[in-house]
Amino acid sequence: MDQNHAYTAYHPRWLRPHVSTYWWLEKPAYLAFILREGSCMFVAWFTVYLLLLLRAIQQGQAAYEAFLAWSAGPVVVLVNIVSFAFLIFHAITFFQAAPQAMVVHVGHRRLPARVLLAAHYAAWAAASIVVFWLLTGA
Amino acid sequence: MIKRHPEPVLWMLFSAGGVVSAMLLPVLVLLFGVAFPLGLLDPPDYAQLSALLANPLTGLVMFSLCALSLFHWAHRFRHTLYDGLQIKHLNEVIAIVSYGAAVAGSTLAAYLLWQLS
Amino acid sequence: MGDRITLQVARYRPEQESEATYDEFEVPCPKDWVVLDGLNHVKDRLDGTLAYRWSCSMGICGSCGMTVNGEPKLTCATFLSEYAPGPVRVEPLRNFPVIRDLIVDIGDFMRKLVRVKPWIVRQVEKPLSAGEYLQTPDELEEYKQFSMCINCMLCYAACPIYGLDPKFIGPAVIALAQRYNLDNRDQGAAARMEVLSEHEGIWGCTFVGECTKVCPKHVDPAGAIQRYKLSAAVDSMKSFFLPRGA
Repeated sequence: MDQNHAYTAYHPRWLRPHVSTYWWLEKPAYLAFILREGSCMFVAWFTVYLLLLLRAIQQGQAAYEAFLAWSAGPVVVLVNIVSFAFLIFHAITFFQAAPQAMVVHVGHRRLPARVLLAAHYAAWAAASIVVFWLLTGA
Repeated sequence: MIKRHPEPVLWMLFSAGGVVSAMLLPVLVLLFGVAFPLGLLDPPDYAQLSALLANPLTGLVMFSLCALSLFHWAHRFRHTLYDGLQIKHLNEVIAIVSYGAAVAGSTLAAYLLWQLS
Repeated sequence: MGDRITLQVARYRPEQESEATYDEFEVPCPKDWVVLDGLNHVKDRLDGTLAYRWSCSMGICGSCGMTVNGEPKLTCATFLSEYAPGPVRVEPLRNFPVIRDLIVDIGDFMRKLVRVKPWIVRQVEKPLSAGEYLQTPDELEEYKQFSMCINCMLCYAACPIYGLDPKFIGPAVIALAQRYNLDNRDQGAAARMEVLSEHEGIWGCTFVGECTKVCPKHVDPAGAIQRYKLSAAVDSMKSFFLPRGA
């Protein structure tokens, strides 16, 4: 690539700045986006955790007790606390995004986004309460 | 005729997985990841939990949760590696590994839930 | 003092340099001046060689998009006093090749726009004698927001996906395709779907959402894209399960 005479009379050389691999650190919004995408790792982790739990239950009471003991270890608890934070972040950002994909018409009028958002949160609360009750109360 | 390719289906799985994981995983992490291990609440005993999982409806919900969450992860993971870290030359490999893992995990979930029912 | 401000303006003169450099200019900063007024002052009084695009200076032509302090902005709609005491860094719009100083090449966008046929497409034309195509106010509301696009390309500058993969068709093009898809007079949705359902069409978007944030006309391209993804996915399911029907 010629340094000095990239210029021709009718088509000078254009400048094409390269996008850095760390582009996502340049703006808070980009960082928030990458963290949101990163929350999927914790979705996967906890799904694996649930599969381990299911396997323990399938293997019998002793395996289940062993799983509960393992889950009380400090590293596991720490990872799960961090997972909890990321999963809340995932839920909030996903509910924020979902109404933008769905335009729901009631008669002639469009349902405002905040109604759809409220419906998502209501469903989240209801699901959480049901699961909580099933696992602690019943 | 639109060229058939898997993107739309994968996106729907990703969306469905996002909704299901957002609705159910937080409370499950809170209980099985934090509250029960730390002794803040009593975990269900073995008999209760087995009975709960033997119920076909619970089985279906758990399967959907595990399978869809894994597909949600696979889609997002693949896109983030492609866009975020710009690992474009390994695109096919990453796609096969991620969706393959999701399929494997879903199969395992189906097997375990079937055994428990 | 509050009545002058420094502009750090990016320069690129291909006949004499191979990288961008920055020139500093001190310009007046009255309350009602926008960044474009500052640039015009530079060109008129300080350095006539500065090259940049502008036209209407009222936020409707879409020519004056540039990066101001790292953010894509219309320079005719961004007040200098917002950045007091300064300095204000003015650079060309991101993610596009720079021809000279603050001027970028927008050919990529223009070529992509044409591919989605941003006009009313009819399978069957009505003869003139049959009268106009009728549209109720509700039908207008369906697409009106997306018709507000002024092709300023701030959304392309903000979109990290476009920056990383210039083959991505981009936010404004998809929003404009939706403007016609949702218009009840249009019958071209299938033709547009072929273009947009490619891998670098709508499926390249990961919903970062920056495009909507920077849009000066509140078009909400991110919303347009997500809605289109949903309708494309539903279409895809339909064509899979009912190949000849629907």
